[in-house]
Amino acid sequence: MSQHEIDAPAPDTARRGRHTAGAFDIRNFIGALLGLYGLILTLMGLFGDKALDKTGGVNANLYAGIALLVVSAVFVTWARLKPIVVPDDVEPVLDDPTRPAPKRRRGGH
Amino acid sequence: MQAMAAVPAADTLISANAVDYLIIALYFVFVLGIGVMARRAVSDSIDFFLSGRSLPAWVTGLAFISANLGAVEIMGMSANGAELGISTVHYFWVGAIPAMLFLGVVMMPFYYGSKVRSVPEFMFRRFGTGAHLVNALSFALAQLLIAGVNLYLLGSIVHALLGWPLWVALLVAAAIVLSYITLGGLSAAIYNEVLQFFVIVAALLPLTLIGLHRVGGYQGLKDKITEFASSPAATAAKVPSAEQQLHSWPGEALSGFSSPFWSVVGIVFGLGFVLSFGYWTTNFVEVQRAMASNSISAARKTPIIGSFPKMFVPFIVILPGMIAAVLVKEIGELKAGGTPPGGASGEGVKYNDSLLLLMRDVLPNGLLGVAIAGLLAAFMAGMAANISAFNTVFSYDLWQRYIRKDHSDDYYLRIGRLATVGATVIAVFTAIVASSFSNVMDYLQTLFGFFNAPLFATFILGMFWKRMTPTAGWVGLSAGTLSAVVVAFLSKDAFGSVSRGVIPLEGQGAAFVAASAAFVVDIVLSVVVSLGTEPKPVSELRGLVYSETPRKDLVDPMEHRLPWYRRTLPLAGISLVLVTILNFLF
Repeated sequence: MSQHEIDAPAPDTARRGRHTAGAFDIRNFIGALLGLYGLILTLMGLFGDKALDKTGGVNANLYAGIALLVVSAVFVTWARLKPIVVPDDVEPVLDDPTRPAPKRRRGGH
Repeated sequence: MQAMAAVPAADTLISANAVDYLIIALYFVFVLGIGVMARRAVSDSIDFFLSGRSLPAWVTGLAFISANLGAVEIMGMSANGAELGISTVHYFWVGAIPAMLFLGVVMMPFYYGSKVRSVPEFMFRRFGTGAHLVNALSFALAQLLIAGVNLYLLGSIVHALLGWPLWVALLVAAAIVLSYITLGGLSAAIYNEVLQFFVIVAALLPLTLIGLHRVGGYQGLKDKITEFASSPAATAAKVPSAEQQLHSWPGEALSGFSSPFWSVVGIVFGLGFVLSFGYWTTNFVEVQRAMASNSISAARKTPIIGSFPKMFVPFIVILPGMIAAVLVKEIGELKAGGTPPGGASGEGVKYNDSLLLLMRDVLPNGLLGVAIAGLLAAFMAGMAANISAFNTVFSYDLWQRYIRKDHSDDYYLRIGRLATVGATVIAVFTAIVASSFSNVMDYLQTLFGFFNAPLFATFILGMFWKRMTPTAGWVGLSAGTLSAVVVAFLSKDAFGSVSRGVIPLEGQGAAFVAASAAFVVDIVLSVVVSLGTEPKPVSELRGLVYSETPRKDLVDPMEHRLPWYRRTLPLAGISLVLVTILNFLF
């Protein structure tokens, strides 16, 4: 297990870096995966076995592939145009008298 | 009949090729990639358990329904669609949307505003130790059971696809879920749920469209179902009439009540009110997603945004089931009373196989890979949702509160990861138990009835009646749960062969009645006990009881700055209108 690694230092700069999103924006993940799927399906639709007996005569891979490419482009564009802005810090709950208090450690160690 | 056994591959249900495997492998690379990326962001226990309360509403909203769009829902609802027809939509339009809107509009301000970290913790602050223990323990137990069911379905599809023995499939699937949750905590679970949602749609939408094309559009589907329902074999097998299969109301096939009047009452009160409000408004698996959002406004909008995709999910889940019943030979035979061999279990085709068999019959390689990836995604996300909710309740509500108080934050983070490992191991064993139940939906509805129906009664009474006492909290909860168990035990089949059959109810109808009994018993007892015991001082009820909470604590002060289409109440109104229209159309 990775329990030893969780003690790795978390310098303030790294913490702040996460709040300006970047690569860890779920929209980029969605866009990338659907884009790859769209590419594979489009290629299958053009060059692979179309299995028209199964689909009732429709080149399903091609149409689905193109649709996925479009959706992928929408997600990547959206992520570019409106990057995630996450609040710098989330206030911890320290004012609840009924809760056993966790002793929070400041910074890394 | 015998010739059917030789259908395509002898050992695996579906013949996937290299491209399909590439698509599936890509999905796993992304899943683990999200786990690794999220791992860098996890620095304390609030990050691990509540995603640092930093996610936007559309992410938590999609995760909200994805957490529920697991194996049970997809396979179970398509199975119900194949068996009962369109009345299965009640699980969505009556049995989910109103409760989701109620959660967002009425209850979420209390959950989010009181800054509790879990639903049981809210219970603790309102009612103290008794009710908290009952709730935390029963929730933790239910999550382990349901994680097991999800894992079982995941294992059985891997078995059907790759031909691996069930136990190997169970272990591999469990290992993958374990690795991304222990790495990334709730963020990894939520991000994977959102990703899964899109893969599921990419998988099921083409399946539905091609299936519809093959049967000649929706009209063709209706004609074929009507033709099938009037055949002598179907009549002998007591298949619901075409009228019942093609109209959502009054839904006798679903409720199991023969009277249309009682069927509507059963669906509206049993499913729509008791079961669904109990499930959607108090189930921490769902509520946890909303708690991870970045403001009280986003938390309230989480279930409301989720309600929009939710109302259209039936079209890509139930419709394929109905198509399978007329297009897939084996399902047609099963419905006509036959016992076709094969299926995912290898012990004969079941309704749960509808979707897999339809995929086999209509999807070309390529799309087949996307469909398999989508199903695997759903099953893993379902299980991950159960486990991520379990580890929060276990670490905060059981371990921290009752066993080891006042340790460092790192300590609870470590306990959370260990709880994840423990839960996964237990889920593997639960999966083996779950494999002996024939209709997974019945089994789960039964469980929800026991745990959730009384919970909703206690919550709603406690939120709006300040006189309700701590003693009433735990007494009502325990007695309600117990009465559901008793009704299920006395019914014909709610507990399978263990039920005594004293009360002449079976199928979903028995679950509705058990849940309703739990609700009524809980309310009555809570009121009676409250009148004879000491209430909490009013000063401790701020943020927990409606009349003692200032209005400004319940709304987001920034919300009026948003455009109308991003505010809570207008969104909820649009959703309600849309779902009403859908009910009239079908």
